Amino acid sequence: MTRYNDFVIKFANVNGSGSASANGMFAKAVFRMGVPVGTRNIFPSNIQGLPTWFEVRVNEHGYVGRREGVDIMVAMNAETYEEDVASLVSGGYLVYDSSRPRPRELARSDVVDVGIPISTLLLSEFQDPKQRQLFKNIVYVGALAELINIDFDVLTGMVAEQYKGKDALMKPNVHALEIGRNYARDYLDVPLPIQLRRSNTVSNKIMIEGNTASALGMVYGGATVCAWYPITPSTSVAESFERYANRFRTDKASGKKKFAIMQAEDELAAIGMVIGAAWNGARAFTATSGPGVSLMGEFLGLAYFAEIPAVLIDVQRAGPSTGMPTRTQQADLMSAVYASHGDTKHVVMIPSTPKECFDFSADALDVADRLQTPVIIMSDLELGMNEVMSEPLAWDDNRKYDRGKVYDAEDLDRIERFGRYVDVDNDGIGYRTYPGTHPTKGSFFTRGTSRDEYARYTEDPAIYTQNMDRLLKKWETAKGLVPAPAIHEGTPRRQYGILYYGTSMMPMQESLDLLATDGIHLDTCRIRAVPFTDAVVEFIDSHELVFIVEQNRDAQMKMILVNECGIDPAKIVPVCYYGGLSISADFISSKIADHFAVNKLARISEVKR
Amino acid sequence: MTFVAKPRVHHPKLPVNDLGLTRRDYEGSVSTLCAGCGHDSVSAAIVQACAELSIPPHRFTKISGIGCSSKTPTYFLGKSHGFNSVHGRMPSVATGANLANKDLYCIGISGDGDTASIGMGQFAHIVRRRINMCYIVDNNGTYGLTKGQFSATNDKGSTSKKGAPNLYEPIDLVSIALQLGATFVGRSFSGDKHQLVPLIKAALLHKGFAFIDVISPCVAFNNHKGSTKSYDYVRDHRGDVVAADFIPPGDFVPPHAEIVADYPPGTREDVAMPDGSTLRLRKLADDYDPHDRVRALAYVQHKQIEGEVVTGLLYLDKNASDCHAILETVDEPLNALNEVDLCPGDAALKSVNASFR
Repeated sequence: MTRYNDFVIKFANVNGSGSASANGMFAKAVFRMGVPVGTRNIFPSNIQGLPTWFEVRVNEHGYVGRREGVDIMVAMNAETYEEDVASLVSGGYLVYDSSRPRPRELARSDVVDVGIPISTLLLSEFQDPKQRQLFKNIVYVGALAELINIDFDVLTGMVAEQYKGKDALMKPNVHALEIGRNYARDYLDVPLPIQLRRSNTVSNKIMIEGNTASALGMVYGGATVCAWYPITPSTSVAESFERYANRFRTDKASGKKKFAIMQAEDELAAIGMVIGAAWNGARAFTATSGPGVSLMGEFLGLAYFAEIPAVLIDVQRAGPSTGMPTRTQQADLMSAVYASHGDTKHVVMIPSTPKECFDFSADALDVADRLQTPVIIMSDLELGMNEVMSEPLAWDDNRKYDRGKVYDAEDLDRIERFGRYVDVDNDGIGYRTYPGTHPTKGSFFTRGTSRDEYARYTEDPAIYTQNMDRLLKKWETAKGLVPAPAIHEGTPRRQYGILYYGTSMMPMQESLDLLATDGIHLDTCRIRAVPFTDAVVEFIDSHELVFIVEQNRDAQMKMILVNECGIDPAKIVPVCYYGGLSISADFISSKIADHFAVNKLARISEVKR
Repeated sequence: MTFVAKPRVHHPKLPVNDLGLTRRDYEGSVSTLCAGCGHDSVSAAIVQACAELSIPPHRFTKISGIGCSSKTPTYFLGKSHGFNSVHGRMPSVATGANLANKDLYCIGISGDGDTASIGMGQFAHIVRRRINMCYIVDNNGTYGLTKGQFSATNDKGSTSKKGAPNLYEPIDLVSIALQLGATFVGRSFSGDKHQLVPLIKAALLHKGFAFIDVISPCVAFNNHKGSTKSYDYVRDHRGDVVAADFIPPGDFVPPHAEIVADYPPGTREDVAMPDGSTLRLRKLADDYDPHDRVRALAYVQHKQIEGEVVTGLLYLDKNASDCHAILETVDEPLNALNEVDLCPGDAALKSVNASFR
């Protein structure tokens, strides 16, 4: 029986061999046929020669989170051949280069061999050994067109787009595709029972890396200063910002730029520049990963205490230390929320989709200005560095930047006495002034040392305490400004709930559907920010027990929930995956089903009521 | 410590500048440093320099790190915003501030601990980037606030108050600034305001990164016999190479002699500054050329071995430019741009979306 639009295909390559663009072309072709697709680049911290994999989940229902088991393995790396063959499900298909013999002992009788003599085919067609190497990847994509019914015009169309105006490159690429296609058509049993067919499920969605979307959000949100230090997996945020800022922010007449990007000497300098720029009235941001957040700790404490806006994007990777720098995790949460010494806590926003990466970037610039404090956006490698399906990005042209409470020269003339840290509006936020605003009024001295409402140095215990309490009031104000949780509850409300955040959303619907077939129905709450709004607390309070899905070992979000909201720790059951791959629906659903079984929790809660 | 408000009245005969302001309009609050601290002389020199330049007293940013020196921005230019930031990190904060608004004059104040130890990395990189600012190090060779530990600029063999010698090689910030491409490098002495004030004026008007290392003795911990950063030692071991005099716009009378880079001893060179004023250089050492970076570096280092502290305007690149020129930013300050200038709008976003389908 033929299975349509529902499979996992994995490409095993050697990094630096040019496989990335061919594999990307494959995924994009599926997407252009209107079929939902999830892509995952599993790569080493290395430039050339080590194994790399590209995993594509194709699913008509939109289940594009990672799924265990591979249906089609394109095994192009001899070094990992053994484990690649082993990862196939029983009945799966093994596509390989049959130009050379394979080790017989690794053969599996329960998988179907699909041998293509890729190297041999290329030998007679291309003179340049470099091209022969590069086009291996294109040949298997061409063969897959026949094997699983990729629309060939979609593939050639993409080549034409990519090499527009460069015939010398376009022609051989199309030729390589044809070599693969023709071989499969003439010599293989095609198509396989696992196939694609056109669909319109993806509608107007886009496929974009979260980091690109974050960078676009910064361009749209009006960031003019970007200071950064290269660190995987955040680097492409700054690089994309540069690309789009050059395109959209270069003055046509003068050729001059309405932005400044500084590649700093380290993360300390990067956040220092952001804070200096924001203090002086520009919108500024940096992008980093866990080790960078640690280095920025001292400055983040200063910005919290001295009340200076700053936006930081943390694209998380697996820690601690260098950990697994090219693998994904959500393990920086504690170090971000409570970054720095002394009593500090920071506003954190957690996107789950590229659209949210875009929205939260622009929103964070507003919220940081409004609250006069750092805002940290917690993305991760899974979202940041993979092309992820997303609602299209959108911008309301009537939107104005919220620069927060800033007195200009006229305001200063009007008011009797300026006090930088006076809580005029009783929301914990004072009014600030930019340097150079007024000849005689509004200047103040910014410092990390204790000061009174008029920014004058003091170590008076009462004044210090009052100031620290005002910062807590600001934390309360923040609850009304951060993205609200996304909550879905049954009618009536179910007995049990599940909390999740960030990229754990990708496999969530599939997890819930799997659990439902098992009689387990859960209400859901996707946390999108710290501080938690009342709705999060209410959600936990109104369920007998809630699971929390986290991609870290220690259930860091649970710790913060317990700490910030005074919730009984026994009420929150962590479901933690921290192996560095994308969390899968199989993992989530089996852990929760196990918990139900072990604790004899009532299933089909809806029926019981 | 208490905050003492300074009385705002001033002597009616106090001279006024082109803006009708007196020196008092450029002062800050009362210093809380030790009586006789060299740093207070540096602050006074900054006040005098800014007043004489007739720059509106609110058009500065004063940025510092942590330490005795870094406290001083409170004591000058009270009408301007100041930022006492993080230990060793003034350069990055100043860089950000300068990127945000290039129209403000930026004064960075740091110390030898703040710059030559914890802040060495950031110092090196701000020099490279040519941020348009006047970076002053109040250099006393000691950690004052933590009570007298040696700093990295302290000379080898120089002794502590209790007589223990410093065992390590000193870092010479002037040499580092020269090597890393600073376009204006000076060294002075807090006890010589006739030299220091014109240097600060020239540094403020210099378009590019201007660095001044000011030997500024610590009266509490490093002013004893045996210290090479004491008032007495510096006075006895100074060698001035190039004196800078500052001539405001309009007061300048062109010299008859043609200006040449390589001029004989005792003669002068007039350098036009961006605001129309003139910097008059008088060469005091006959084998010194303040426009030759490599020779300046060699000279400073030779003299250092001989135990001489070379002061004056040590290097000036007359064709300097700053970081904004490198980055090709628009003429308007970046912090003055709004959504009309910055946001590409939804139509552009639609085309971006299309590129991701």
